[in-house]
Amino acid sequence: MTVGIVLVSHSPAVAGSVAEMAAELAGPSVAIRPAGGTDDGRFGTSIELIAAAVNSADSGDGVCVIMDMGSSVLTAKTLLEDLADEDDAPAVRLADAPFTEGAVAAAVLASTGQDLEAVAVSAESAWSMRKL
Amino acid sequence: MAFDTETATAWITAAEAAVKTDEARLTGLDAAIGDGDHGANMVRGLAAGLTNIAERGPTTPGDVLVAAGRGIVAKTGGAAGPLYGSAFRRAGKALGDASSVEAAELGAALEAALTAIKELGGADEGDKTMIDALAPAVAAFQAVAADGGPIAAAAAAAADAAEQGLAATVPLQARKGRASYLGARSIGHEDPGAASTALILRALAEVTA
Repeated sequence: MTVGIVLVSHSPAVAGSVAEMAAELAGPSVAIRPAGGTDDGRFGTSIELIAAAVNSADSGDGVCVIMDMGSSVLTAKTLLEDLADEDDAPAVRLADAPFTEGAVAAAVLASTGQDLEAVAVSAESAWSMRKL
Repeated sequence: MAFDTETATAWITAAEAAVKTDEARLTGLDAAIGDGDHGANMVRGLAAGLTNIAERGPTTPGDVLVAAGRGIVAKTGGAAGPLYGSAFRRAGKALGDASSVEAAELGAALEAALTAIKELGGADEGDKTMIDALAPAVAAFQAVAADGGPIAAAAAAAADAAEQGLAATVPLQARKGRASYLGARSIGHEDPGAASTALILRALAEVTA
């Protein structure tokens, strides 16, 4: 069992490609689900797509959600409020992380079987990984 | 008049009609400092709110606003979706299961909506957002209600205050959302979110007049 990861972007292609890249680096044990764009394929955010991705990514150990910006963040926060009202909702932690780097960091740590909080902290620690 | 299920439904209906009429203006404002989709998003969101009301058949004004909020959250597509959606849902919950409310309760519900938007978006007055229209509107509504004024007078005062708040966003520099990336270049334009808020509050004034 591993923590699942959901990637929320305004762009379906960005969410899908970053999910593909993170999966390549993390290996097959981690469920990484993209939730990009609106439910009719436009740029934007869909609470229904994010909710479906969360449910799909959860294997019982919870789901780390990483957002790009703006409405992605606001919509993910709204979903979190909605889930708080549900009895059997998956454990969800929003990570305040850079999108690509955070996704890779979270996916790699999730592949080692660490818990939800550790995976989210790993994503957030990507802020401090200097490149130059 | 009191604010009941019929009035609440009329409000959302009028708000949807208002953003549809002004869709091009909202989009134009958003094209100047945002991503140019606010008009279409608001029309789609409020239409989804109306559809959800029709499907659920709410029997209290609170349930009408919650149903509208759920539709708006689901279908708007931009940041306005979670912001307005949470605002309407929180306002609806604040009304509880009353079949009809007076000005004081509706004022408290509008304040709950303002709090929801502030909590979710992290913005405050002066950041060039919808809060710059909504905050003075809530204060104006509650001032009339506190003096024992009727909903019609409170809603008219709120709509006037929202329109003044909208005008006051022109010299502001955006500190939230896409427009904040523009820095000083966001100055000189009305905020599109404040513009849609002013339309929604004018719709409330019209249906309660």
